[in-house]
Amino acid sequence: MGPTSLTDFYALDDLLSNEERLLRDTIRRFVDDKWMPIVADHFDAGTFPMDLVPQIADLGLLGIHLDGYGCAGASATAYGIACRELERGDSGLRSFVSVQGSLCMFPIWKFGSEEQKQEWLPRMAAGEIIGCFGLTEPDHGSDPGSMTTRARKDGDDWILNGAKRWITNAGIAHVAIVWAQTDEGIRGFIVPTDTPGFEARKIEKKLSLRASVTGEFYLDDVRIPESFRLPEAVGMKGPLSCLSEARYGIVWGAVGAGMACLEAARDYATGREQFGKPIAGFQITQAKLAEMLTDMTNASLQAFRLGQLKELGRCEPAHVSMAKRHNVRAAIDTARTARTILGANGISLEYPVIRHMVNLESVLTYEGTEEIHTLVLGETATGVAAYR
Amino acid sequence: MNVVVCVKQIPDPSVPGQLEADHTLDRSAKPILDESDSFGVEMALQLVDAAGGGEVTLISLAPNGEVSGLRTALAMGAAKAVLASDDAFAGTDALGTAKVLAKCIERVGDADLVLAATESSDGYTGTVPVQVAELLGWPALTFAKKVDIADGVVTIQRQTEAGYDVVQSSLPAVVSVTAGVVEPRYPSFKGIMAAKSKPVDNVTAADLGLDGQVGWAGARQSIVKVEQAPARLAGEKFEDDGTAAEKIVAFLEDLKVI
Repeated sequence: MGPTSLTDFYALDDLLSNEERLLRDTIRRFVDDKWMPIVADHFDAGTFPMDLVPQIADLGLLGIHLDGYGCAGASATAYGIACRELERGDSGLRSFVSVQGSLCMFPIWKFGSEEQKQEWLPRMAAGEIIGCFGLTEPDHGSDPGSMTTRARKDGDDWILNGAKRWITNAGIAHVAIVWAQTDEGIRGFIVPTDTPGFEARKIEKKLSLRASVTGEFYLDDVRIPESFRLPEAVGMKGPLSCLSEARYGIVWGAVGAGMACLEAARDYATGREQFGKPIAGFQITQAKLAEMLTDMTNASLQAFRLGQLKELGRCEPAHVSMAKRHNVRAAIDTARTARTILGANGISLEYPVIRHMVNLESVLTYEGTEEIHTLVLGETATGVAAYR
Repeated sequence: MNVVVCVKQIPDPSVPGQLEADHTLDRSAKPILDESDSFGVEMALQLVDAAGGGEVTLISLAPNGEVSGLRTALAMGAAKAVLASDDAFAGTDALGTAKVLAKCIERVGDADLVLAATESSDGYTGTVPVQVAELLGWPALTFAKKVDIADGVVTIQRQTEAGYDVVQSSLPAVVSVTAGVVEPRYPSFKGIMAAKSKPVDNVTAADLGLDGQVGWAGARQSIVKVEQAPARLAGEKFEDDGTAAEKIVAFLEDLKVI
């Protein structure tokens, strides 16, 4: 068994089309050439390299899975491969692409009017306009239906009041997709961030997803016209369908992050000598690597099959819950074990492991916590919902 | 402005290569676009763009009808390709390759400029671009680190050890470009999907009128032996008695490294 097969032990990439393979190789090259040399510095500084956005857009990654309006119309598997290769670089890089494509462009594409699609999507695909997605609130996370942000009708306008927190790209976004309670239930709004009364702040001192901007924003009597409401978004189905899209990307992204840790651990173990031989030759290290290899191969299998189900139109939210829960758990366990193999070097940003490990703490929680996805699977198994 | 780019599809350099018994490379695995050719493709796309019209055509000689490397260059933006692939080409030497490429250029028909890398990353003969020019009767400008076209004249900066020469010729011409002449673009996903349906003209030795002149039969040179490079010798060691830095500087100056 050659060492190159470690990250594709079951030769799953053989299932890819020639185009998907070329996409994989292109993004891999982009990540190696443009992202890897700068990621540690950005992680250290707590910044996202905005100067890469035009190149990310040129690659066609923003809204890659959407059809028309300047988007590439990729298959579910191609979108997944893109997320995997991006998160091999960093969860923050994949998050940037996921938020723009799945959380901001998708709701406009799915629930927006033709005018809204024409106005926003081509410029968002080109990276000229960056979006953020406002669902989570300071006091409402796993139970977003209880949100307190309100939109009140005032003539032909809407007045929005409330606060959203843990918002990726808040502070750098030009537009926010805001979910708010109305007299008719939850509705979605397109809110330009320069609207009077909109104020965003970056969340400082976080120790995860540092190469990604996370923030909060406040809506203080923000007045927007009815034409900025997403006409087809009715109830919690609106935001939840966006999350299902983004979670699908995480299923693949986690594979990328975990594989990066597995590779780093194998390379380190074969090169690091203690007691006169490489630590790869010790049974404890081998047991760790065997476990990591098995976990990550299982994660890859889930990702590939989920992609096939999505392409067949047979992917249910519970499928996504299973794969998101499984794959992020596999990736974070792999990252933590990799950290132990690297010893003290495992805590240095000179290696990718600690960065992926702490990033995955966020990924474990965002887009549906591990606990909530467990309850979704429990409901699927029993027919009884534990959270209602 | 129509530009033809000679591109080679080579075994992936990141996978350990194998030699056949006849000292040729094992080319059974899916090949990739020779990275050194991606510079020519990018240069061609930029020149056509600057000219405000025309197209980039790829030509390639490869076994087994392989197109995976061509698709990469088509995804970058080339319009079409001519692929010479035929069992009769097996064993073709560098001059034979040049004959095939020259015939392909004639088949394309309306080339103002032909670009090629200075050498391929698997064969390294470095002779093909000038042979193609000779066969076509066109000027050959080599080792270009910059290429400009204006008023039917191509001007290049030819890389030299000390700096560069400025060389001009009329069009059509053959220009070999060095790595780094431009930064190759990443194919966009839309480009990748579009490449799928771009035309690839498959031609045989007979189509090009080269029966008997190529392949083992037409080859006038052959590789008779392949030897491993000698293991690197131990370097010279300087014990630092206070003069080591000066000795190292002198050593590097001798090598003309500094």
